[in-house]
Parts: sequence; C-alpha cells; structure tokens
Amino acid sequence: MPEITRDEVAHLANLARIDLSDAELDQLAPQLSVILESVASISGVAGDDVPPTSHALPLTNVFREDVNTPCLTPEQALAGAPAVDQQRFSVPRILGEEA
Amino acid sequence: MTETLVAFDDVLASYDPAMGLEVHVELNTRSKMFCGCPTEFGAEPNTQVCPTCLGLPGAMPVVNGKAVEAAIRIGLALNCEIAEWCRFARKNYFYPDMPKNFQTSQYDEPIAFEGYMDVTVPTEEGDGETFRVEIERAHMEEDTGKSLHVGGATGRIHGADHSLVDYNRAGIPLIEIVTKPIVGAGEKAPLVARAYVAQLRDLIIALGVSDARMDQGSIRADVNLSLSPKGSGTLGTRTETKNVNSLRSVERAVRYEMSRHAGVLDAGRSILQETRHWHEDTGVTTSGREKSDAEDYRYFPEPDLVPVAPTRAWVEELRTTLPENPTQKRARLQAEWGFSDLEMRDTVGAGALLIVEETISAGASPQAARKWWLGEMARRANEAGVEVGELGVTPVDVARVQVLVDEGKLNDKLARQVLDGLLAGEGSPDEIVAARGLAIVSDEGALSAAVDNAIAANPDVADKIRDGKVAAAGALIGAVMKEMRGQADAARVRELILEKLN
Repeated sequence: MPEITRDEVAHLANLARIDLSDAELDQLAPQLSVILESVASISGVAGDDVPPTSHALPLTNVFREDVNTPCLTPEQALAGAPAVDQQRFSVPRILGEEA
Repeated sequence: MTETLVAFDDVLASYDPAMGLEVHVELNTRSKMFCGCPTEFGAEPNTQVCPTCLGLPGAMPVVNGKAVEAAIRIGLALNCEIAEWCRFARKNYFYPDMPKNFQTSQYDEPIAFEGYMDVTVPTEEGDGETFRVEIERAHMEEDTGKSLHVGGATGRIHGADHSLVDYNRAGIPLIEIVTKPIVGAGEKAPLVARAYVAQLRDLIIALGVSDARMDQGSIRADVNLSLSPKGSGTLGTRTETKNVNSLRSVERAVRYEMSRHAGVLDAGRSILQETRHWHEDTGVTTSGREKSDAEDYRYFPEPDLVPVAPTRAWVEELRTTLPENPTQKRARLQAEWGFSDLEMRDTVGAGALLIVEETISAGASPQAARKWWLGEMARRANEAGVEVGELGVTPVDVARVQVLVDEGKLNDKLARQVLDGLLAGEGSPDEIVAARGLAIVSDEGALSAAVDNAIAANPDVADKIRDGKVAAAGALIGAVMKEMRGQADAARVRELILEKLN
C-alpha cells in the first residue's frame, strides 16, 4: 500500500470543503497513511469463505415511525452553498440537457 | 437531425418489438424515506430539507417503516416474492440533483422480485385480451431534487448557464417497478404498454400508497424499446425514453420509437444505446446522454443502514390488507351496477372504472355515473387530448351535478353548463349554479304564466292537444323552455300544459 501524500490530503480536503492549514496537512498525511495500512491488513486475514460485511452490528429492521420532524430553515439549508439564487442552490450546469 | 420514420404497419412487417417498462411510484408517506422531513408537493423551495436529505457530514439516515410496508404491499399485489433479507445500496453519480453524490437505492437485493401482472388489452371485438407482463423486481429508493435550468445557452463555452436546485423532493420514498422484457406483443405493443401503466396506476390507487398523479410526477414511466428482425427471437439494442408522464404518451412513445428504430435499422445503421427525452407537445423523442458513459454507478451496500428482513408473519399480515384482485372486482362491480358486458367493457376501456366507482359512492346512480363519464366528460377529454381523470373534474363534482338533476334543480342542458364551469375552475357545482344563475325556475307562477303565453301564441297546437293529440305538446314545451331560457323542468312544463288543456 503506497503512502498517501500530502498533496492527496490537500486535494481531498478541498473536495470536502475542509480548510486545512499547512501544519494540519503535515500532521494528517502520515496519520491517514497509518489508517489505510491498518484497514488494508484486513484483506490479508479474510479468506474466500468470509463474506464481505456491510455493517458492524448484527441488526436488521431498524425503522423510523412515519412522522415529521423539524426541518432546517431555507437560510440554514443554504448557508453553506457557494451560490444561491431564488432560494435554491445555484450550481454550474453539468450536462446540456433537461433533467 | 431529421429522423426517418417508418409507417407502423411496415415496422411490424420486418421487426418484432421488445419493451421494458420502468415505473417510479412516489409514495404518499408523511415523511421522507430516511428522515422526518415532510413530503408535501408544491412547497416553497428548500423548506422541506434537513441535514440527512442534504447529505451534510455526520447525518445518519433511518428507514421509514411505512415505506417498507408500502413496498411489500406493492410487491405482493404484483404477485412477487418478498425478500427474506435485503439491503440498500449507494448508487454513486455526480449530478447536482442529489447533494450526497449518491442516491440510496437497492441494487442486486430488491425487496420484491419475480412477479407478474395480467393486463387487459382492448380488442375491437369481445371483452379484451389478457397479456401477462412479467415483473423483474420492485425496489425501494429515494427521489432526487428538482433542477431548474437557467441562463444563456448561447453556445459560448464559458456561458452563464447554471442550474438552480430545490431539494424538497430529494429523499421522498420511491418504489421502482421494473418489468422483464415484454416480447410477443407485436402490433399490440403500444396498447400493452399503456394498459400496463394504467392498470398499475389503478392498483397503486387501490393500495392507497401514492397520490398516483402522473401530471404531478408521482407516477413516472421510462419506456425501453428495441426491435429485432422478425422471427429472430433475439433482442436488439434498446433506447430508454424518459419523461413519459401520461398514459396516452406511453402509447405514443412506444409507437414513435418503433417507427424511429425501424428507420435507423432500414438504413443499415445501428441503434445507439442511449437515453431519449419524450416531448409531449411534438410527440417525438430526442437524444439525451449516451447511456454507456453513465452506467458505472459503483454500487456498494449502504454502510449507514442495516438490512431489511421482513418476517414471514409480517408479510402474511400485509397480504391480508391487499385490495381485491382486479378481475374479481370487475365482475363484482358489474353485477352490483347492473351493467351489460358492453357497458362494462366500454367503461374499463375508457380507463374510467375507478372514476365511475367513486362517482357512484359519492351518490350518483350507476347509469348516471357511466353516462356522464363516458359521454360528456369523455368527449371533453378527447377534445383536450387528456384522460378523463386528468380533466380536473372530480367524481364528487359529477355526483353532485347528478344529484341536482335528480332533485329537479338542473336539467341536462343546464348540467352541461355546470360542467363548463367546473372545467373552467369556477368552483363547486353549487357555486357555479349560483354564480351563473343556472337553477331551474321552480316559481310555479312564472312557469304557469309562460305556459299561458305559449298556449295563447299557438292556438292550433293547443286545439290538437285538446283533441287528445298529446304528442303535439312538444311544440309548446319548446316554446315555454325558450321563454324560460332553458331554466325550466321540461317534465313539469308538460304536466302544466296537459292540466290546462284537459
């Protein structure tokens, strides 16, 4: 497993809209590498007879009642949007088509 | 590009059509699939959103149990097996209609699978023909947000085009119902497609799990179509037509794509596997994105949700809540209403069974309900190019009009004017009667005076009636109705005339 580079962490932080200082990048890059290596070690343990799991707990049927809970206000909902117009999230048009 | 379209009969001479229908049903739960936000249609933008449906960091989804119940009931009504254990999956894609960059759906573990629906296709003679449509799967997922595209479209590479997104709809529970390839329908393919969606809609309404309004997008159909050389038994390359939002359009879209595919194939070219957009106004499809580019959704099991494992006891309990089988129901209603085979067939064929049933429950007699919906209302729907159910006139309105007729407050002519008012959105039948001044004049004095005037103006006719030629009364009735501007009860006028002349 190759090490995760400082540039890759900076790129991921940018995609996730997380503002990281140079010091934080220096600190996080080696830590993420350690985490990835630990996770990768699992693939060495699991044989073909171990099915991949999708959840850590052996639970099923966790359901919610069909009732309403409070929403965000539009101002709160739109607070993190890079651009807002007509109480909507304004985004670059991606494909030249009607959706 | 101008398309070469082949005449429908010529398509059938050379090719066999195969169809696949994907129908999305938006459930009418009070809250969304994975959070408690309301699901009301038409709310102000971004007022029904929370951290979960906006995909904000740290928010955790929890499955709406009522939506799972609806999914199981839909599956059972479509004669499906219900999974003993199934999971949700992330369908990853980058398009701003989902703020999470994935849609929570189901992939290879749908909650319901391997079912069928027997569809009745109208025929020119007899009661219609049954065609079995096999159901591949019905799975749970969430709806996406709504994008409003604005800006230049001037062709500049760095133009001002952008999209405005409202996430109120994002996260509303959807059930996607997918058929197996429908082959062997031949010339009936467009009718089978329409009848399938119509019957599915009626079933959804009977289950009470959705508003089932195609015009509001609570039922949406995607039509996959391919052609193969006649008799080859193979499947050709398909196109997927989206945006097909009325029953009539389902039929038209199948017909159009059959003609278009044949044009491409006859010219020795290949069908491109792609998404096509249906245009209701012009009745054509246009090319959307190429499907192959978008096909890799990198599905993986949703780690934030635990599996759904409906107990057999729960499934059997839900089975007892299913509505009556449509075929049995039809037989029962026909007997209750006293309809002839022909009357029943016409009612079903017009897609008016449910509306007629609701009109009868609202107080109209079976024959009156049938007469309004298959006569006057069908004519008006035809003129407007919509289904009778899409006219915006409710069964309760029509039943009320008939009650007013039965009570002698309206005659047929006035009742038709009330329908005009209903179609124009002027309010309830009673409001329209009041506003337009349509009620029959029950003032016996005014009526009696009008009858006297008619007798005085037509002495020859009056003499004939005195001599016992009662049939001649029609001419006097006409004169009285003219004087009363149609607002009189013809039967009462006739009584008055005969009383005065005998």
